[in-house]
Amino acid sequence: MTQDFRQELYQQTILEHNRNPRNFRKIDHPSNWAEGYNPLCGDHLNVYITVDDGLIIQDVSFDGSGCAISKASASMMTAAIKGKSVEHAKNLFEQFHKLVIGELKPDREPNTLDKLAVFSGIWQYPARVKCAVLCWHTMKGALDKIKTVSTE
Amino acid sequence: MDVAMSFDIKKIRQDFPNLAVTVRGKKLVYLDNAATTFKPRSVIESGNRHYTSGVANVHRGVHYLSEMATQEYEEARTKTRLFLNASDNSEIIFTRGTTESINLVAHSFGRAFLKAGDEIIISAMEHHSNIVPWQMLCEQNGCVLKIIPINDDGDIIFEEYRKLLTTKTKLVSIVYISNSLGTINPIEEIIVEAHKKGALVLVDGAQAVSHAKIDVQKLDCDFFAFSGHKLFGPTGIGVLYGKRSLLEKMPPYQGGGDMIASVTFEKTTYNVLPYKFEAGTPNIAGAIGLGAAIDYVESIGLEAIANYKKELLDYGTKVLLMIPGLRLIGTAKQKSSILSFVLPDIHPHDLGTIVDGEGVAIRTGHHCTQPVMKRFNIPATARASLAFYNTKEEIDALVAAVQKAREVFK
Repeated sequence: MTQDFRQELYQQTILEHNRNPRNFRKIDHPSNWAEGYNPLCGDHLNVYITVDDGLIIQDVSFDGSGCAISKASASMMTAAIKGKSVEHAKNLFEQFHKLVIGELKPDREPNTLDKLAVFSGIWQYPARVKCAVLCWHTMKGALDKIKTVSTE
Repeated sequence: MDVAMSFDIKKIRQDFPNLAVTVRGKKLVYLDNAATTFKPRSVIESGNRHYTSGVANVHRGVHYLSEMATQEYEEARTKTRLFLNASDNSEIIFTRGTTESINLVAHSFGRAFLKAGDEIIISAMEHHSNIVPWQMLCEQNGCVLKIIPINDDGDIIFEEYRKLLTTKTKLVSIVYISNSLGTINPIEEIIVEAHKKGALVLVDGAQAVSHAKIDVQKLDCDFFAFSGHKLFGPTGIGVLYGKRSLLEKMPPYQGGGDMIASVTFEKTTYNVLPYKFEAGTPNIAGAIGLGAAIDYVESIGLEAIANYKKELLDYGTKVLLMIPGLRLIGTAKQKSSILSFVLPDIHPHDLGTIVDGEGVAIRTGHHCTQPVMKRFNIPATARASLAFYNTKEEIDALVAAVQKAREVFK
């Protein structure tokens, strides 16, 4: 069980992104920005986005503090949406949301999650789902121009 | 003499059926007793008995079951009064828990007797339940909240407390034992100093009741609040002790049945203490369960419990500190068996999930004490809190699980 469990949640990809988070910096003049907060555990992050006139995400970054799951999730999210359209980012948000609550099985159902499928086991740990989705809600809040996002 | 020798831990553990469960395929190691405690069979059976063959409302009927339920409910009050060494049953008010007890004082005493400019002192290590009710009161009536600072060990800075106390201070509301740091506050000295300035003292005893014998008359506190579920009793039942002279002056907190003497549309007169503060049908099974929990704890003996827990604390402190990089948060000289800690490079939530995979239940997070986290400049801690049914082997299991987490994050 322990072995399964560690494979499920703390996979090498997640541990690696936690150690070396991508796009972990502040963008000075972002077109979109939001602050995400998980009041239950104190995780806190900012997502900065630069969207161009063609609604393409030219740059995206994050900073803040949180657990390995939240940090790795934010890192992988920025890697997944950078250079993509706003529409694509919002579509990924929907898919990721279904993934972490166990409604989308990436090995059985069509999806464009790619590496993000590494979070497919997290639905078994309801207390940790919020860690994985905080950055996504914050990103969506930034795109929708909602400045403060809470997981509660 | 080895305390553990005189303490029949094997027999005690058999009294708590919840200790025998498995989680995630592993034998459970429950180290989250500051959050809530397991219940001995006698408590479980008391609730079962009430719901199986004793259901009736209290203070209302002349029929047999109602009289029996009333008697048992009032016996629980007597047990609680003796447990706290209060002088009179009228000083024991049943509430939903510590939080409601504090809110009762803030609403009833606070609104009736505190006015703009009056000061309330709390400490930097309070649980949110002993912060927010006072902030709400301050917003309503212009009282001012003052905070006793704490040092790097997690002790209050007594000199600063003395400085905060003035003739403006009307109430000191302070925790006896910190739930996130384990600090045992010098509560007797705190009370003496407050009384010198004419201020009243409310003691948040949530963590204290399972740790040491409480004598409210000796302490001379004005209010004392605690919860049943942290004393091996049911959830949803708690106690507010208050000095009779104060409670009599205080207006009711909630209106409803049981708290009245007579009701007409022109005028309602209130019931006598303690019923004035117990509107509506109370948690009858909860109170009876609390009585059973008090009986159980006293059958083991609070002194024996305290000695055994001290041994566990010393052992736990020693073996946790052997883990490279581990830092204890809360190193007061006087501590209860609460071990809060952080590790470099492992966030407490990741640690909590990984040790849970080994069957070890600890609390991770801010423990409803966000100002404490801010004081130590950390987002959260991992916290192992020990009860008298825990063992050194279980502490070893925690250490082994923490080592596994370190391997994962190597």
